[in-house]
Amino acid sequence: MAQTRFSAGRRDILRILGSGAAASALPFGIGLAGAADKLVVGVIYVGPRDDFGYNQAQAQAVAALKKMPGVKVVEEEKVPETVAVQKTMEAMINQDKATLIFATSFGYFDPHVLKMAEKYPNVRFAHCGGLWTAGKHPKNVGSFFGYIDECQYLDGIAAASASKSKKLGFIAAKPIPQVLRNINAFLLGARSVDPKATVKVIFTGDWSLPVKEAEAANSLIDQGVDVLTCHVDSPKVIVETAERRGVYSCGYHASQAKLAPKGYLTGAEWDWQTPYTQIVKATLDGKPMVNFLRGGLKDGFVKPSPFGPAVSAEAKKKSEAVKAAMLKGDFPIFKGPLLDNTGKTVIAAGKVLGQQDPLLESMNYLVDGVIGQV
Amino acid sequence: MDAAMNRAMRAVAPLAPFTAAALAAALLFAAFLAAQGFEAPEALGLVVEGAFGSAFAWQNTLARAAPLMLTALCVALPARAGLVIIGGEGALALGALAAAMVPSLTAGWPALPVQLLMALAGFVAGGAWIAASAWLRHVRGINETISSLLLSYIGIALFNFLVEGVLRDPASLNKPSTPPLPDAVLIGPLPGLEVHWGLVWGVLACAAAWFLLRRTVFGFSVAVVGGNPRAALMAGLPVGALLIAACFLGGGAAGVAGMLEVAAVHGSANASLLAGYGYAGILVSFAARHNPLGIVAGAILVGGIGASGSLLQRRLDLPDAAVLVLQGALFVALLAFETLNRKGARRV
Amino acid sequence: MSETTDGLAFGSLVLALLGGALRVSTPFLFVSLGECITEKSGRINLGLEGTLVLGAMGGYGVSLLTGSPWLGVLAAGLCGVLMGLLHGGLCSLPKVNDIAVGIALMLFGTGLAFFLGKPLIQPQAPMLPSVELGAWSDNEQVRSALRINLLLPVGLALAGLLHWAFRASRWGLALRLVGDNAAAARALGYPVVPIRIGATAAGGFLAGVGGAFLSLYYPGSWNEGLSSGQGLMAVALVIFARWSPLRCALAALLFGAAGALGPALQSQGITAGYYLFNAAPYVLTLALMAASWTPGQTLAGAPGELSFTQR
Repeated sequence: MAQTRFSAGRRDILRILGSGAAASALPFGIGLAGAADKLVVGVIYVGPRDDFGYNQAQAQAVAALKKMPGVKVVEEEKVPETVAVQKTMEAMINQDKATLIFATSFGYFDPHVLKMAEKYPNVRFAHCGGLWTAGKHPKNVGSFFGYIDECQYLDGIAAASASKSKKLGFIAAKPIPQVLRNINAFLLGARSVDPKATVKVIFTGDWSLPVKEAEAANSLIDQGVDVLTCHVDSPKVIVETAERRGVYSCGYHASQAKLAPKGYLTGAEWDWQTPYTQIVKATLDGKPMVNFLRGGLKDGFVKPSPFGPAVSAEAKKKSEAVKAAMLKGDFPIFKGPLLDNTGKTVIAAGKVLGQQDPLLESMNYLVDGVIGQV
Repeated sequence: MDAAMNRAMRAVAPLAPFTAAALAAALLFAAFLAAQGFEAPEALGLVVEGAFGSAFAWQNTLARAAPLMLTALCVALPARAGLVIIGGEGALALGALAAAMVPSLTAGWPALPVQLLMALAGFVAGGAWIAASAWLRHVRGINETISSLLLSYIGIALFNFLVEGVLRDPASLNKPSTPPLPDAVLIGPLPGLEVHWGLVWGVLACAAAWFLLRRTVFGFSVAVVGGNPRAALMAGLPVGALLIAACFLGGGAAGVAGMLEVAAVHGSANASLLAGYGYAGILVSFAARHNPLGIVAGAILVGGIGASGSLLQRRLDLPDAAVLVLQGALFVALLAFETLNRKGARRV
Repeated sequence: MSETTDGLAFGSLVLALLGGALRVSTPFLFVSLGECITEKSGRINLGLEGTLVLGAMGGYGVSLLTGSPWLGVLAAGLCGVLMGLLHGGLCSLPKVNDIAVGIALMLFGTGLAFFLGKPLIQPQAPMLPSVELGAWSDNEQVRSALRINLLLPVGLALAGLLHWAFRASRWGLALRLVGDNAAAARALGYPVVPIRIGATAAGGFLAGVGGAFLSLYYPGSWNEGLSSGQGLMAVALVIFARWSPLRCALAALLFGAAGALGPALQSQGITAGYYLFNAAPYVLTLALMAASWTPGQTLAGAPGELSFTQR
């Protein structure tokens, strides 16, 4: 995380409170609206709401919020990660009387959300993807995110089972930890089916570049890849290109099954409804702001897409077995001995990194079997 | 009495095309929205309210206008020399990067020299990048519009490459950035306002540019080069040097805009500062007919319309693109109504 | 997949570049040919970026509505004509600067396209069909590289046609005269303003078609990131090609090939510095210009009435 202007001491991410949902120790009073007034929730998207991907997944959760009694939602989309988002937050607070803001893009956190949180201590700011740290960040800010790499692992199982060439492809925007974690989980899932499976990765450079994504997809398929997945804002182009070329695809963010009726195997979807309703309920009930919210399959933060027609019964069985273990909290994905693709040991033998382990939030390697460089 | 009236009318006359254009654009926009089933009058009201209707609105507008004043100069100054430069975005990016790297080289220095050095670094980096276009034009005859565009894309690629690569702060995990600036070096808000000092820098830069272009020998020489290059050559003016200088100054302005984004808004250099200010600046400059004083007004106008977009989305459920349509309509109208202006317009 | 593909890494790269040239070049080809016509008449239209995006949206929408992608292409062309007429009309008013109008229309066209295109992001419209030029090969990569759309040969043929027309046909010569020396054209009785507006409209038509290619074939989807300056680059390519339709076609192919370099290298495992590889088309264009242009020669071939050339 970039250093914020609020820390006095040394940054140390290992000081993060560990368990799944850590609430701040001190209850603190927020200016709750009276019983007759509705809670006004502001939601800010960095892209269009119906992008078949990241923003759409958020919007789907917001749709559920709108149905909650006593809640009113104001939304704004395509807000860039600049001064504009600060002004948008302020406008929602001042003009619409919002007391809970969902800032759904990673880049909003530092400095924008933090600045506004300092200025409006009675408003709650829930940020998606950030790394809230006790002592460093204000108590009226919380960050939530999901361990979608668990679903990527399941995708890997389906992908390696369906693939004939055992060459899988991953199109990603940038080599940041959240993306690398997905790529690595995908490979590890694939290798649990076939230890010789490989994942070729192409980085496009930005979150939404349809022409580059199409080129990357075609490039990979030309190289013999027959299952594609991705981590970009809108997987639409990649899934459609895969379908047109007759290869399989695994979706991301939301379900793209409609776009690839034949080749869609499964996908890694967010279920933002869970953290969203949790945060809103806490606000409605006057409970303290939830500062650090993380969850995986077990907590209902993420979910796999239903299987497509091309997934074999055997693959389904394997996947369901792993999913059952994950639901019990019994399936760590990242455990030693684990080598990265330059031969270095990144997780020592015998060591197991649980999903909440902060080391995973700063992942900077691609595991052995992934073809590409960070 | 009559003479005074005449003078007053002559003073106001240049505003006539603008007012006519604003009305025409508003009507067009309203008709467009009505045809889509939206509440047109309410939308227009929200545009005014969101841009200028309250102290908050004004601050929102001014905050957005600040970088545009500088990036518009990146078009206006070369335009005076007869060059059409559209590469401000790249100059902004490289200026930002250069500025962001200064604190790590000047650790322990007091704040003010570091800030000045950052501004200088931004100025030089941005200036050099645009000056390269002028140089290519001068020695190889390459059209500066394309070269500035190509250089802009190349500059942005370089920016991303460096920010995510060697200049990356390892702690900036999911948002690759350069190391954050020390608190002391950050540029804060104007006293009592929510707008950073960049606004003042922008206004001052425009005033300085106006003075430079209209009241100095240099400005006059640049204008001659822009108006009639052959005459300039015959008069013995150093055409190449003037072209390069005009572009260096313009690019420098964009570079300083980048530095301000780093020091006043983001605290480090990262991809979030590539927000299209360079391109918006092109619009502002052309709309202001490359007059630096007009640029201040133009930036405020564009910033204002952008600021109102938020309100239009939240109150009327209008898509964010509504603001683009309005800005486009306004500038199309402005250009169309230029014909009403009696004084001869410059070619560029 | 076949083992030979792995072994022939270089051949694979060449094929990828060829495929890129054939796939990615088409929008550049159409927009630059359209702009070529416009600039030959003495007008510069920087608004083709907005026209391209509007055409992409319009084409996608009509294809969705009618079920026929070719009707979509036609509709996209018509959107382009409208934008062209607007540009031409505005520029024919006295004292209006055509570069400024272009930039304003770029914004207006893009805004209009995004606004009206909101409901088009989710649904899938019928796509333009492919022509399998590589059916003779059983190498998947060869087949995919040679899989083109009819618009590409149409565009290339158009380049040839324009090349001939500008030299030998009455219309072409009239157009060039209008663009070179409006006074002389007027003296000969040619209606300068209508010809210019017509040329701009024709340019708009082609740009719209280029946009339809993007949304109805490759990448074959409508969303707001579809064009990242392609229209603007294509206008630049015209100047790079020094106003010759054949050179425009070559430039477009070159540009398309260079654009495929980044992903192709990455899929071969070379991922370091992908930003720089993705900037290859721009570097290449700049380098070629720096190498081949000289001060005296640059504007040879430039239409005399073009505002660029009036220094």
